[in-house]
Amino acid sequence: MTAFESFQSNSTYVAEDGLISSVNAAIALERPLLVKGEPGTGKTMLAHAVAESLGMPLITWHVKSTSKAIDGLYTYDVVQRLNDSRFGEGDVSDIRGYIKMGPVGQAFQSDKRAVLLIDEIDKGDIEFPNDLLRELDEMAFDVPEINETISATHRPVIIITSNAEKELPDAFLRRCVFHFISFPKAEILRDIVAVHHPQINDDLLEAAMQRFYQIRRQDKLRKKPSTSEFIDWLNVLAGSGVAAETILSAFPFAGVLLKQEEDLRAITGRA
Amino acid sequence: MFEPLLYHLRGQGVQVGLQEWMAFQKALKGGLAATVDEFFWLGRALLVHSEAHFEQYEEAFQSAMAGHEVSESLKESLAAYLENPKAWEELRAAGEHNYDKLLDLLEDFRKTLEEQEKRHEGGNRWVGTGGTSPYGAGGRANQGVALGRTPGNRNGIRLPESMNWGVYRTDKTLSLRDYKIALKALRNLEREGEEALHLDGTIQKTANNAGDIEFVFERERANKVRLALFLDVGGSMDPHAQAVTQLFTAAKDLQHFKSLDVWHFHNCVYRKLYRDYDQWDTVSTEEVIHNIRRTHRVLFVGDAAMAPWELFSSYVPSAPCGLDWLRRIRAKAPASVWLNPDPERYWKHPTVEAIGDVFPMFPLTLDGLRDAVRKLRSPV
Repeated sequence: MTAFESFQSNSTYVAEDGLISSVNAAIALERPLLVKGEPGTGKTMLAHAVAESLGMPLITWHVKSTSKAIDGLYTYDVVQRLNDSRFGEGDVSDIRGYIKMGPVGQAFQSDKRAVLLIDEIDKGDIEFPNDLLRELDEMAFDVPEINETISATHRPVIIITSNAEKELPDAFLRRCVFHFISFPKAEILRDIVAVHHPQINDDLLEAAMQRFYQIRRQDKLRKKPSTSEFIDWLNVLAGSGVAAETILSAFPFAGVLLKQEEDLRAITGRA
Repeated sequence: MFEPLLYHLRGQGVQVGLQEWMAFQKALKGGLAATVDEFFWLGRALLVHSEAHFEQYEEAFQSAMAGHEVSESLKESLAAYLENPKAWEELRAAGEHNYDKLLDLLEDFRKTLEEQEKRHEGGNRWVGTGGTSPYGAGGRANQGVALGRTPGNRNGIRLPESMNWGVYRTDKTLSLRDYKIALKALRNLEREGEEALHLDGTIQKTANNAGDIEFVFERERANKVRLALFLDVGGSMDPHAQAVTQLFTAAKDLQHFKSLDVWHFHNCVYRKLYRDYDQWDTVSTEEVIHNIRRTHRVLFVGDAAMAPWELFSSYVPSAPCGLDWLRRIRAKAPASVWLNPDPERYWKHPTVEAIGDVFPMFPLTLDGLRDAVRKLRSPV
């Protein structure tokens, strides 16, 4: 279809149609891909699948509430340098030796085009995404300590995930290709299961799916179980050898699907 | 190209900027959309930044791509012809159109529609049924634009996916979590309390000084914002009880504010406010106003619709009327807004307008609440 490198569903990741278009648009336009969706719908897995499918190295940056934008670029280890100067170790005169590249820096300096995953960007401070605007636009940043600019040799494929804990700033959104991973419909879920559990018994799967969608339809749940919980649950069910009928009559291993105590009580109290 | 899509999106309230539009154009030129489906996905990925706008995108896409291009009379003729579809096979052989790009196809489609005056049957050029033209219904071209099979269906182009995106719209519904996220933005973190040694900072500073010790002290950060909710209860507010309860629960659950006060009133604020409406536990409004501080953020929730005399007059002449009380609260708390659970089309009402003059008024939707919070953060 195009001269661009393109991403397809593969043996380890089942992507919905629109997602493939979005990924390929992000690769071709060299814009970050922002992936949103319920927890457990495979946002982080996507980055792994893209890296694998395109044969690129994957560099991951897990954002935490204390993360600052600069941590992703580089850190200057002054404490180490001071320590070295006291004890006469290392080459203290060369600051370069104490500059350590963060994930973004590593992705920029990679000798191959890399996939950079910025995971759960919404965990950071409200201003966090804004602090990365220039770096993501120009794919370059300055390191004043050594008076150098690090610019990307190969513009990395950037995949950013968000659980929508916080709103992201408009200026940031405008620069991204956006995709929302919706909860998979039954047929896609079957494909996903086939990737993870190729050997699963059909009756067991049908019963489990019936139960699973029935639970997801409940409005009162605080946290609806998602794909990853379903896969875990199947794992446990298959491993324990529970019969398909038991899944429908009782609700074995409910705790694997429902993580909140109140949800567990609400469902199992009735079932 | 395809500017109608841009204007339909903006018409639906999706703020698509030039930057995104140019990226979309670039992607189209780069050949990223070879089919209608890919065109649809590409537009959504680049022009829309939130699942909250997916439904509007689908609507805009339909109107831009088909709705207003296909005239009513043409659609009727098509519908009539669909009753009587032609045989596939003999026509298929002739219909080898090689449109490698969707763009040319849709552009041609649009031009053809403009040129076309009446319905056609068969043939290889005009829009109509049968035939080998790449447009129309029941035709047998191998590629092309399918026009809806249902009479009266306003879309010619089939959407690759139409889920119920409505549940994600932020201009309509709200969940408890949405309220919390929106209210969380109401913060004003200031350092206060005891100074404590900031160990990391001290080490960093000392190392920067090449070993000369420099201490760094820091105060803990705390949210200084006090939140006061004034909630209208009873009467015309009953249908909105759930929305109001959720807002109240969200504010309480957050434990995010320095203080949270909740006052109830019926219709409008008068001499007394209720701590608990059912228990008739009252407090004088005078006292409440007295205790409002600079750091208070005040949220009113009410439909603001009442009989004019309930707002503009009082039982005792010379005593303040409802509107006077509201003005006094506003004067004491410049960071105050009014959230109205009624849809905006009902706001053309004398008392709603009068209250809207006192407080900036927003609808009680996620978008409205966000706007309100933004207003509260920078009241002037």
